Amino acid sequence: MLEIKDLRAAVNGVEILRGLNFSANAGEVHAIMGPNGSGKSTFAHVLSGKAGYEVLPGSQVRFQGRDLLELPAEERARLGLFLAFQYPVEIPGVTNANFLQTAANEIRESRGLDKLDALDFGDFLREKMAYVNVNPVMADRFVNHGFSGGEKKRNEILQLAVLEPSLAILDETDSGLDIDALRIVSEGVNKLRSPDRTFILVTHYQRLLSYVEPDFVHVLYKGQIVKSGGKDLALELEDKGYDWIKEEVDSNG
Amino acid sequence: MRSATNDNSGNRLTQMSSKDEQIDGTPYEGSRVEQSNREVADLAGQEYKYGWSTDIESDTFARGLNEDVVRAISARKGEPEWMTEWRLQAYRAWCGMQEPTWAKVRYARPDFQAISYYSAPKQQENPKSLDEMDPKLIETFEKLGIPLNEQKRLTGVAVDAVFDSVSVATTHRDILGKKGIIFCPISEALREHPELVKKYLGSVVPRGDNFYAALNSAVFSDGSFVYIPKGVKCPMDLSTYFRINAAQTGQFERTLIVADEGAQVSYLEGCTAPKRDENQLHAAVVELVAHAGATIRYSTVQNWYAGDEEGRGGIYNFVTKRGRCEENARISWTQVETGSAITWKYPSCILKGDNAVGEFYSVALTKGCQQADTGTKMLHVGKNTRSTIIAKTISAGRGDSSYRGLVHVAPTAANARSYTQCDSLLIGSQCGAHTFPYLDVRQPSASVEHEASTSKISEEQLFYCQSRGIRPENAISMVVNGFCKEVFDHLPMEFAVEASKLLSVSLEGSVG
Amino acid sequence: MAEMLIAWPKALVREGRELPTSGVPGVVTQLRAAGVTQLDGMTAPHKGQEEFRHTNLTALAEPLFRTLARPATLAHESIASWLYPDAAWAQIVFVNGVYCPALSTRRSLPETVYAGGLAEGWTGSHAATLEAHLGSCLGARSTFTALNSALLQDGAFVHVPRNTVLSAPIHCLFISLPQETPVSVHPRNLFVVDEGSEVSILCTYAGLAGKNPVLTNLVEETVLGANTRLDYCKVVQENAIGCHLSTHEVRQERDSRQNAFFASLSGGLVRNQAYTRLAGEGTQCHVSGLYLCDGQRTVDNYLHIAHEQPHGESRIFFKGILEDDSRAVFLGKVHVFPGAQQTDSEQLNNNLLLSERARVNTKPQLEIYADDVKCTHGATVGPPAEESVFYLRSRGISESTARGMLTRGFAEETLEAIRCDEARGRLAGHILDKYQVKR
Repeated sequence: MLEIKDLRAAVNGVEILRGLNFSANAGEVHAIMGPNGSGKSTFAHVLSGKAGYEVLPGSQVRFQGRDLLELPAEERARLGLFLAFQYPVEIPGVTNANFLQTAANEIRESRGLDKLDALDFGDFLREKMAYVNVNPVMADRFVNHGFSGGEKKRNEILQLAVLEPSLAILDETDSGLDIDALRIVSEGVNKLRSPDRTFILVTHYQRLLSYVEPDFVHVLYKGQIVKSGGKDLALELEDKGYDWIKEEVDSNG
Repeated sequence: MRSATNDNSGNRLTQMSSKDEQIDGTPYEGSRVEQSNREVADLAGQEYKYGWSTDIESDTFARGLNEDVVRAISARKGEPEWMTEWRLQAYRAWCGMQEPTWAKVRYARPDFQAISYYSAPKQQENPKSLDEMDPKLIETFEKLGIPLNEQKRLTGVAVDAVFDSVSVATTHRDILGKKGIIFCPISEALREHPELVKKYLGSVVPRGDNFYAALNSAVFSDGSFVYIPKGVKCPMDLSTYFRINAAQTGQFERTLIVADEGAQVSYLEGCTAPKRDENQLHAAVVELVAHAGATIRYSTVQNWYAGDEEGRGGIYNFVTKRGRCEENARISWTQVETGSAITWKYPSCILKGDNAVGEFYSVALTKGCQQADTGTKMLHVGKNTRSTIIAKTISAGRGDSSYRGLVHVAPTAANARSYTQCDSLLIGSQCGAHTFPYLDVRQPSASVEHEASTSKISEEQLFYCQSRGIRPENAISMVVNGFCKEVFDHLPMEFAVEASKLLSVSLEGSVG
Repeated sequence: MAEMLIAWPKALVREGRELPTSGVPGVVTQLRAAGVTQLDGMTAPHKGQEEFRHTNLTALAEPLFRTLARPATLAHESIASWLYPDAAWAQIVFVNGVYCPALSTRRSLPETVYAGGLAEGWTGSHAATLEAHLGSCLGARSTFTALNSALLQDGAFVHVPRNTVLSAPIHCLFISLPQETPVSVHPRNLFVVDEGSEVSILCTYAGLAGKNPVLTNLVEETVLGANTRLDYCKVVQENAIGCHLSTHEVRQERDSRQNAFFASLSGGLVRNQAYTRLAGEGTQCHVSGLYLCDGQRTVDNYLHIAHEQPHGESRIFFKGILEDDSRAVFLGKVHVFPGAQQTDSEQLNNNLLLSERARVNTKPQLEIYADDVKCTHGATVGPPAEESVFYLRSRGISESTARGMLTRGFAEETLEAIRCDEARGRLAGHILDKYQVKR
């Protein structure tokens, strides 16, 4: 469902992603790890269509049979791609419920489904909130406004549940979370795992993977995936750090 | 704490998304986020639509300032001797003063000897009617949206039109006169009502108050005088429209408004100037006196020429505005500041009587290379005095805005209350916003609150909306919209429309 | 007076050269030497310096503070009321700045974690951590920090290694024991939390009764590694003539969270000076506090938060209650560096004046050099709202009870920031006692 070939992207003329290859099938959970500055967040941003990144010629990203790189961000969202932000953005004055209803209906419409009216959506939202264990008062609060760090990340998981994407990219969702908040967010992710939904967990800390068990672990270094393996690779990284991988890559040239 | 940006209701989003659907299917060109940011950046390039000048023969003094010039201005106005002496004392005080440097503005100090201190369009002395006026003047004001003649004049607003150094016409004087209201050029008031002027002139802003006030006191050439008798509620808004036209002159107007016991008046002020490459000085003084139980609402829409993109030209706007409130009186300042290269202005209230109320509502927009250092002073002297300050600052382009406010509670001001809120909104990445609040509380029963916020319309915000399916253009207007609402709500209806139009030309016009 | 303020520290340093040097690591020797050099080049603190502008420094000009407190021991009973009864906690005790193993309990600590005396720590298995971090956060702040370095001898040292989540707090209790003359103590604390760890540290500064003042001149350095969390609560309860000066320096690495609380309950002069550097992306720093002033006391809080990197969040929320002729100073400064985009900062200082003679100087400040930020600050100073008093009375509550309730409510609101139930409970009890209805 996602096929990435030779993805190269630059910021201000500096190449950050340097020929990244990656593919994922429906239902799989992939963890992407790597040391500081390896290109993890760039990878998530380029897939979701954020401005400010120059995607270099020859790069190929196919998602659900479409050329993803051609599409503006909102169309990628409608196609089933969801990015959980590392730093969710505040929108004062707009309630979570209204924001989500607007977004959900745009997506439903693009799939030929009927729009939900406020009552139906309210029921749907309450059901999802209960499912991912989010306090119902969050519906009436302004989007991320005045939320704690943990609440913001949980709100991203709620949006994921409501928008029902086929590919969810979690950009460092675990960063800056207390152990308790991390457990709650992980539970939400685990509940939302399904055979037709793919997850890409971009993370800086191995700790997340004790709570959300990945099918595959990839190490991103200098803009390329330099090592892939099963969940044991994460444990190995926890033990030994990244230096041995850096050495391996750097000595091979 | 409270929202730092806006308070749009959720409904707005629904409206906008339906608009979004209509434009769906239009071909996608580049990143919309980038595009809208470009539009935001373009704000600085808004055209100034009052930048033309009137070609008219003027009687203009030679440049420079000395005692003879001061005497000549006084003589030209036919002023009584005490007034000439008053001006000379102000001039002598000014000679011993230093130009203040504490404001957070950078500019080339004006050469006070390179300015002409008097410029008036040549016309018949004291025209009896508009027929005797130079048609060019009537045309000028008509082009500015201020028709002066009987048929076209604005209903519900009496206007005093000031062109460079002199008042050229005042409308609706007949209706006002029936109620005993005096509304005329201050030079005329000096001749017709010298006892009133003598009593109040300099009573709120003493002639040696500060550098610019002293300069103004020495050389002011015209302005408006208002007197509302006891218990009279002014039947219409009073308005003065200031137009700088001549080159290399300064405008030094003086406004004096006296509301006697229980009187009420709403006064509006508007200003524009032609585009010129040189900087022009505007140093005004406004004095308000609200006697016991009186109410004065003073509203300004300031749109002096702001200079070009590179900061060439524009008006230096150094203004001293202050009001004194006696018992149970209220003074409310509302200002929308969008023009001038440099703004230095702190409309203030001396809350002298018990239960007096002072208010200050301000929107200041800086773009291009504009700099504004503006705010207020609320001096609580009487018991149970109250003040409210709401200041909204919008900075775009390379604009730099500072809020500077003092709340002073004297030991006599038992149970005084003051509330300050100053919010800054940044658009683009080269502008600046600063707040300098000063609280000086010397009375323990006083309650003084201060809140401030600075926020920016960010690319992150726009992308977040987009990644969930909402157009970034709409996100911008969501944030800007409502930011100024609390202030506009305090403008008189006629002015509120003009002010929001002025702001939309500057801001919302570009995000459509 | 001003001269005295620099004279006694300099005299003290000359005497302090006799500090024990055997077994002392290089970093300590260097810090002591640097402190002496800094002090030599310094003039007395004065009101022209922004950070001392509103502070009454008279109390500190006491020449006898040049006497260092002698080591002392105490019976367990005399300090028991200051300890927390929960046996699962590690509680480390210091008397006049020196670690007392006999009064401390550390049984419950995991083996990998260290909590104890700094001097003990520089010889043990955590010595490398100590050497790497001691002095790494401190700039040349003032006469008092220089003096502390010059006299560096002991203090609290806590090291929590990687991915360790401690469920029970660590309590550091510092007892000031008055002596025959005024004396000073100069504890130096170091707290190091490594990547992925979470810990709660409580510090109590308690003064025992006595005729002569003790000056505590504390310097504390805290290093929070990536993705860590620190809950910190400091309670100052010096005796009525005790002086407490402290400088707290915190460095936060990426994704770290700090939740700090400063309670200033008693002491003749209390001054908390807390500097936090948000040195990594995505950090969070919440600092709150409560100060209760009466008599002639002065409490002075100086907070400085430097947002050096993007996506930082800071909150400063301090409240004070002033009675009699007391004085409070609050200075909060948030400094946003160029490039520290998406900074989100709020600052609020509320003061309740219960006396017409009490004075407050409050100054929240912002210094912003980035453009994409959200910063707010606010301050209030005032007596209890008469409307609120009236509202309670209209429901049948007597005026004095109403005033007591409102005062307690004002103070207790700040306690919500404290995550440790026991510490919060003890502070709530103190507030209840202090603002009992006075009949």
